[in-house]
Amino acid sequence: MQENIKQMDKRLLFLFGLLLAMILLSVNDSFVAAQKPQPLTDSLRKPLRFGFGRSATGAEITAWDIDVRPDGKGLPAGQGDVKKGKLIYAAKCAVCHGRDGKQTGAVKLVGGALVSDTLATAKPKTVGNYWPYATTLFDYIRRAMPYNLPGSLTNNEVYSLSAYLLNANKIIGADAVLNANNLSKVIMPAKKLFIMDDRKGGAEIK
Amino acid sequence: MKKEIKLNVENKAGGISRRSLLGGVLAAAVLPLGELFALEKDVNITDDPTKMPGPGPSALGKRSGFENPVRKPSDISSRTPLQDLHGTITPADLHFERHHAGIPNIDPAKHQLLIHGLVERPMMFTLADLKRFPSVTRTCFIECAGNFRTGKEEMTPQDILGLTSQSEWTGVLLSTIFNEVGIDAAAKWFLAEGADAAVMTRTIPLAKAWDDAMIVYAQNGEAIRPEQGYPIRLLLPGFEGNMNIKWLRRIELSEEPYMTREETSRYTYPVKDKIRMFSFEMDARSIITYPSYPQQINKGYVEIRGLAWSGRGKVSKVEVSTDGGKSWEIAKLQEPVLSKAHTYFRYLWNWNGVSTEILSRVTDETGYLQPTLKQLVEARGENIGGYHMNPITAWKIREDGAVLFKPENYTK
Repeated sequence: MQENIKQMDKRLLFLFGLLLAMILLSVNDSFVAAQKPQPLTDSLRKPLRFGFGRSATGAEITAWDIDVRPDGKGLPAGQGDVKKGKLIYAAKCAVCHGRDGKQTGAVKLVGGALVSDTLATAKPKTVGNYWPYATTLFDYIRRAMPYNLPGSLTNNEVYSLSAYLLNANKIIGADAVLNANNLSKVIMPAKKLFIMDDRKGGAEIK
Repeated sequence: MKKEIKLNVENKAGGISRRSLLGGVLAAAVLPLGELFALEKDVNITDDPTKMPGPGPSALGKRSGFENPVRKPSDISSRTPLQDLHGTITPADLHFERHHAGIPNIDPAKHQLLIHGLVERPMMFTLADLKRFPSVTRTCFIECAGNFRTGKEEMTPQDILGLTSQSEWTGVLLSTIFNEVGIDAAAKWFLAEGADAAVMTRTIPLAKAWDDAMIVYAQNGEAIRPEQGYPIRLLLPGFEGNMNIKWLRRIELSEEPYMTREETSRYTYPVKDKIRMFSFEMDARSIITYPSYPQQINKGYVEIRGLAWSGRGKVSKVEVSTDGGKSWEIAKLQEPVLSKAHTYFRYLWNWNGVSTEILSRVTDETGYLQPTLKQLVEARGENIGGYHMNPITAWKIREDGAVLFKPENYTK
């Protein structure tokens, strides 16, 4: 009799163990620990995905994806030249950045100077002496300028303005035509000055 | 309108005493109770407050009429009145501002966050979506990288470094959202973009997302203020303020940085013959906020108070000098000391009435000791520029008890 009970206990124990293993496996299947320990959250184990939010459409991405990288990724079709850029500059930029983009006299330009042909630590900081990438010029003008009407310029106008400012800073020639293929190849004089942050905390003052 | 009512009541009151007017049915019948009490406060400011009931409950509280802490706005920013605050939390309406094309007015029901680029599933999240994810609350400072002014004795802590503030932020960990979209193994950086007229962009190392970055929708318990990025902003504890993109609408995962205008031609600074870029962490810093200009102190006990913080972790020590930096004493830190957070310090000083200088300096948990301006100039050169300047600042105490800032020149 006692033997039988022991037998039954063993069988029950086995079944119970099997059940437990199945539960654990199923939990492991649906609950995956997040990629890194996240001590801030109240949920120590949470599902990798919650199913909140929706897929973004291609059209939605295209409408907002206006950034341009130093390797030229993101530059749109179109082109512009120095001559056209000079006209657009006079009409839409000169009021804040000065007639020829230069800081002259004591009155500070509302939008700051953009043109100078001296490098390094010279003031004021301009496209010519302080901007390390030409692509940044296109990206910034397209997204944020002119200040009173941001996002109003066509891609061709932005190429032309970029060409005008690069020429005014003596970086490209007067007959240069800029487009998606060659803007990223413009070498900016200030590029060689830039270094990544080398501070690391600790006792050293940097 | 209020003025007219006041006149009416004064006429009606005529020879009746205020007490009887207040208790009387006559006045109550003429005016809504709330207006009557509001009026009573105006005409009766010096009376014994125990001798008449004050105004009743209201829909929205406000500061005492005797208190007027205000930000100090310029064309491009406004500064927190650090000298008027007694703790580490900045009231939301006093949080410093810095924006590059004004404050957008965003309908939260229409605002969406797009995450795309090197992800498995490009996704769009509404504010309601973001609020459904597990939430996290964190108290930390945000400081503008250009937070240092000097030049004259008549400067308050607000003038010198009012571009730092602290809030209790609530939102979702960026890592939670990044797990939702699935991050491609090739991704090393992400671009964050705002929905303001500058369409502000910064590139942030992906490691920060897996560490402690958040998307926040609440500040000190309520929806974040429009100036702070309503309805959502990026929160990068310890990183320079500009990177904490406000009005966040888009994140793009990438193998390389975008080199946006704000991370190349701005927020970079000369270091000897080079220009340092991508300096994200705010180095440790402290300031005595009391006593400070334009306060006046008296001989005897003065509790020196101030703030210390580090973008690299916790404050481990604050020292105070009351003899112009010749000797230093340990200040008491107010618990709890939080990582990447303003920490309140106090030091009890018995002033003997002799003119002197008082200073504070912080050491953070990495062992970094807040430098002098001279040390910073030695490390970076005389053309040092205005970003990531965290020098020890001194207050001059005159014999008559006047407190003045000690300006130090550093530019060529």
